[in-house]
Amino acid sequence: MTGVGFGAFVRRAHDAGHLVVQPRMGMSSPHRMRAGLLATRNAAATTVGTITLDSYTRVGDLESAELAVLEDVALNGYPIVSHDRATTLKVLDGIHGPDFPVQVRHGSAAPQDIFRALTAVGLDASEGGPVSYCLPYGRVPLRESVAHWAASCELLAGLRASGAEPHLETFGGCVLGQLCPPSLLVAVSVLEAMFFHRHGIRSISVSYAQQTAPRQDAEAVAALRSLCAHFLPDTDWHVVVYAYMGLFPETEEGAYRLLGKAAELAAASGSERLIVKTVAESRRIPTVAENVTALEHAARIAARTPRAPLEGTGTQLYAEASALVNRVLELDDDLGSALLTAFTRGFLDVPYCLHPDNAGCSRSYIDADGRLGWADIGKMPLKGIADVRPAQAITSAGLLDSLSYVRRSYDRYDPGEARPVTVPAPRGA
Amino acid sequence: MSPYPTTPTPGEQPVLVAGGISDSHTWNLVYLQLLLEEHGHRVVNLGPCVPEDLLIAEALAHRPALIVVSSVNGHGYHDGMRTVTRLREHPGLTGVPAVIGGKLGIAGPCGGEEVAALRAAGYDAVFDDSAEGVADFRRMLQALPQRALV
Repeated sequence: MTGVGFGAFVRRAHDAGHLVVQPRMGMSSPHRMRAGLLATRNAAATTVGTITLDSYTRVGDLESAELAVLEDVALNGYPIVSHDRATTLKVLDGIHGPDFPVQVRHGSAAPQDIFRALTAVGLDASEGGPVSYCLPYGRVPLRESVAHWAASCELLAGLRASGAEPHLETFGGCVLGQLCPPSLLVAVSVLEAMFFHRHGIRSISVSYAQQTAPRQDAEAVAALRSLCAHFLPDTDWHVVVYAYMGLFPETEEGAYRLLGKAAELAAASGSERLIVKTVAESRRIPTVAENVTALEHAARIAARTPRAPLEGTGTQLYAEASALVNRVLELDDDLGSALLTAFTRGFLDVPYCLHPDNAGCSRSYIDADGRLGWADIGKMPLKGIADVRPAQAITSAGLLDSLSYVRRSYDRYDPGEARPVTVPAPRGA
Repeated sequence: MSPYPTTPTPGEQPVLVAGGISDSHTWNLVYLQLLLEEHGHRVVNLGPCVPEDLLIAEALAHRPALIVVSSVNGHGYHDGMRTVTRLREHPGLTGVPAVIGGKLGIAGPCGGEEVAALRAAGYDAVFDDSAEGVADFRRMLQALPQRALV
């Protein structure tokens, strides 16, 4: 393995016993973006930087992004394609480097322009995937997304010729953020990592988003690690945990407790990196100060949590994830074609996803212990493997109840639990 | 909820549900579909990231009783202005009821001026992401003509 780039930084931190923590952070103003990166670097934690792009750039509406830059309208992220190269170089100047790699996060099903813009300013780390940035995220047909992502991986992999080690992270461990049973999250994450590998990327991270039950999350990360060890040879790979991506607790105590659980999951499962959420999550896009507070809180919890990974392959969760991955791999030697066939035939089927290329026959539920299970497996190859508990037709109130399960659980004050680490009130950013 | 975005009950004017132009969020749209169906409406759910042209084409094809635009990514105000401006420019769609709701600004809820601007541009109502906003939305649904609940 080479010692350069985003993946190598994370590997060194892990070997030294530190969990790398990272915010989700993007502002359209170059000045504020630079201040955000600096604050992330200066946080009391082992951090990497994030430039999250705005939604116009994400959907390829570059005209709107350019107009916003011209008219100085604030966007919900940094429009890296629309800002001048010189402007972005100034944002990164003296900040981005071997000791503080910066990753571009976007959400695009057609990221070629984004990858060209980030490589033009010396960056080489990003994230996404042909499935996870298509199906739950917009209207681009899956076939087009697969072709765009193949081209984009190859564009990024081209940097290896000059000695760089470009890095891609799967977003497949998140999908719709909530109510997707972890075995499917693990399977999509592994399949996307294999897709990156087949298109020339050798430094890869696989994501897993915290769900509703800590034990099930630990089993999921263990299954993910076992599958990656098997399916990603000659690759420097690591696991990145996302703090809960659904409806976040509204109370400060609840938000910190949930973030703390994510940090415990990441550290105990032997994961190498964590992307945090903040106390502001339930209301709005967080400030830089709120992000720094969250980074430091997560790092403190991780530092006091011993690594104690579970055995990966003995669980039902592993059996389900493994069955899904293997069934897809059997469909075609070309992984892109295999993924298309898998969705067409419903072998992969994301619950509640509205995309026309998703079969839409699967359904999930939260059981009495808080674990996510299958109410309907549709046509997925899980017969005889998954426990399926048919559910009544879901109502709007029932859906809201399930969606807010985590928020409700963590907002409820539990006197049996220690209060979270006291944190200073966030300053304006 | 039916597993398909369009619930097949022909002969009734449906409600069109659409995410903002640049908004990838889905759960708000799934929730709205269920809520509308429980109020007796047929729903055509266009999903996230709905461009103006698609919304116009679907509105012309379905002649909906109501268009509901939902956005939670912070671009709701700007995207919502673009959508309704284009919608109202179309001669066939000047009168179709259209509403917008969600987390509409990047710094939280829209201010009074922005709400007024959204209404002036053509929305019949603007709902914020609060308990009152949801209650107002439900009251509006009660007042809409609907098919018999069975």
